[in-house]
Amino acid sequence: MRRVRRWLPGLLLVSPSIVAIAVFVYGLLGWNFKVAMSDQHDEISQGSFVGLENFAGIWDQERWGISVRHAIVFTVVFVGGALVLGWFLAFLMEKGIRGEGGFRAVYLFPMAVSFIATGVVWRWLMNSGMGEQAVGLNSLFSHLGLGFLEWQWFRDPDWGMAAMAIPAIWQMSGYVMALFLAGFRSVPDELRESARVDGCGEWQVYRYIVLPMLRPVTLSALIILGHISLKVFDLIVAVSGKQIITDVPAVFMWTAVFDSHDPAKGATIAAYIVLSVAVFVIPYLVWNARKGNRP
Amino acid sequence: MSVAQEVVRRADPVARARRRAALARWVRPALLLVFVVVFLIPVYVLVVTSFKPLSEADPSQAWNLPKVWTTEAWSVAWEKLQPGVVNSLLLAVPGSVISAVLGSMNGYVLSKWRFPGADLVFTLFLFGMFIPYQGVMIPLVQLMVNLGDALGVQLYGGIPGLTLAHVVYGIPICTLIFRNYYVTIPDELVEASRVDGAGMLRTFWSIILPVSGPAFAVVVIWQFTSMWNDFLFAVFLTAPSSWPTTVMLNNIAGAQTVPYSQQMAAAILASIPTMIVYVLLGRFFMRGLMAGALKG
Repeated sequence: MRRVRRWLPGLLLVSPSIVAIAVFVYGLLGWNFKVAMSDQHDEISQGSFVGLENFAGIWDQERWGISVRHAIVFTVVFVGGALVLGWFLAFLMEKGIRGEGGFRAVYLFPMAVSFIATGVVWRWLMNSGMGEQAVGLNSLFSHLGLGFLEWQWFRDPDWGMAAMAIPAIWQMSGYVMALFLAGFRSVPDELRESARVDGCGEWQVYRYIVLPMLRPVTLSALIILGHISLKVFDLIVAVSGKQIITDVPAVFMWTAVFDSHDPAKGATIAAYIVLSVAVFVIPYLVWNARKGNRP
Repeated sequence: MSVAQEVVRRADPVARARRRAALARWVRPALLLVFVVVFLIPVYVLVVTSFKPLSEADPSQAWNLPKVWTTEAWSVAWEKLQPGVVNSLLLAVPGSVISAVLGSMNGYVLSKWRFPGADLVFTLFLFGMFIPYQGVMIPLVQLMVNLGDALGVQLYGGIPGLTLAHVVYGIPICTLIFRNYYVTIPDELVEASRVDGAGMLRTFWSIILPVSGPAFAVVVIWQFTSMWNDFLFAVFLTAPSSWPTTVMLNNIAGAQTVPYSQQMAAAILASIPTMIVYVLLGRFFMRGLMAGALKG
C-alpha cells in the first residue's frame, strides 16, 4: 500500500496525457482503419464493413499507381540527396573551420521556415518555361551559357519528382549535417590518434574508425528523412498544387476527402501512408527501447 | 636533390600530411562557401523580387537587382496576410506554452517519479511522434465536431480546435525533451526532498522547476515553430475566418493573378517570426532538432 502511494500521484499527473494519446493517436488510428474498411463513399451514409475491399480496389485506380511511383522516386532522391549532401557538409566541417557558426547558421536556416513559404520561391525557380519564356533557374542557366541544363523541372513527365526533391533536400540537408557533425565529434581523438600511430592512413582511419561509429547517426537520419518523405504534402501543394503530374499519396488523400467527398477512399490512402511509415519506425523504436532508453 | 632523396621526401609521412593539411585548409572553406552561395539563391530571389515594382516584372530581368526599390508589394501582401498572422499568433503563443507545461509534468514523472509501466507508456508516446498525421485526420475532424457539440464550444473550424490538436500531437516530443533533460538532474536531489517529507508536486515546484529554464526554451521554440509552419492540420481543421498564415499564404501564392513581387513579399512576411526565433535563439532551436533524432 505504501508503495502504491509512492507512485500513484505520478500516474495521476500523467494520466491526462495518457488519455489524450490513447484517444487521439491510437483511438483515431483505429477509427481510421474502420472507415477504410467500410463502404462509406459519401458524407451521409454510415457505411458497413467491407473488409479489405478498398485496400485492394485502390490499386485498380490509375492515379493511385502514379502517386505511389511518385512517392518512391521522391523518397529515393530526397533521402539519398539529403543524406549525401548533409554528410558531405559535415565532413568538410568536422575538423573545425573558421566561421563554423556562420556556415551552420546558413545551412540550417531553411529548417525554421515552412515548406509553404519556400515553395513560393521554388515554384518560381523551377518554372518550366524555356528559351524565350525562361524564368527562374532556366533563365539563370541560359545567362551563364549553361542552356543545355534547362529542363522542365517538376513538369518533366518521367523525372519531375526528382526535381520536386530538390527543395526538400535544400530544406533538410542542414539538419542531416548537424546530426553527422555531432556524430563526427563524438569519435574520441585518442581513438583516431592510436590508429594513426598503428600506421593507418587518414583514409583508413576514416574507413575503419569513424564510419562505423557514424552508423547510429545514419540510422536516425534515415528514419527521420524517410518518414518526412512518405507523408510529404505541404511542399507539393505549395510548388504545384494538386496536379496529377506531381501527385503523391498525401495529396491524393486530400483530394479524396475535399474534392471527391469519399471518406473511405481517403482513409484507405491514409492507412497506407501510416503502414508505410510504421514498417520501419516500429522496429526502430523497439530497438531503441531495448538498447536501454531507461534513465 | 638526388632521386633517392626525392623519393624519401615524397614518402615522408610528415611532409605528406603537411601538404595535405595545406590543401585541406583551402579546399574545405572554398567548397563550404560555394554551398553557402547555392543555399542563399532562394533568399536572393525572394528579397530582390519582393522589392521590385510591377513595371520590372519582365522575366528577362528576373535575376537583376531592382532598378527602383519599392515596398509597394510588401504593403499589399501585408494587408492580405494580416488576418492569418493574427490567427497564427492566437494559435502558436498559447499553444506552445500549454505544450511546455504538459511536457514538463510528463517528463518529470517519467524520469523522477516513475510508476510501474512508465517505460512502456514512454515508448507508446514516442510512436505518436512518428505517425503521419494523415492517418488520424479524417476521424479527427469528426471527433472535433462531436467534442465541440458535447462541450458547447466550436472546436472544428476554429482556433481552439486547432490549438487542441497541436497540443495533443505535440505531447510526445515535448515529453521526450523534458524527460531527457530531467534525467541529467541527480536522483539524490529528489530523494532528499522526499526524505524531507515533500510530496510529488512540492518537489516538482521547488526542486525541478527552478532549473527547467533551458528545457522550457527548447520546447516553447520547437512548438511555436511547428505550429506556425503547420499546413496539414490547418487545411483540415480550420474555416476561412480561422485560417492561419500558411493557408493564407498558399491562397495568395496559388492565385495566378497575384504578381510575383507580392507572393514573395508575403512568403518573407510569413517567415519573419520563426526566422527571428531562429536568429536570436538558434542554440535552443538546435537542441529541439537534436531531440527529434531520439538520442535518448
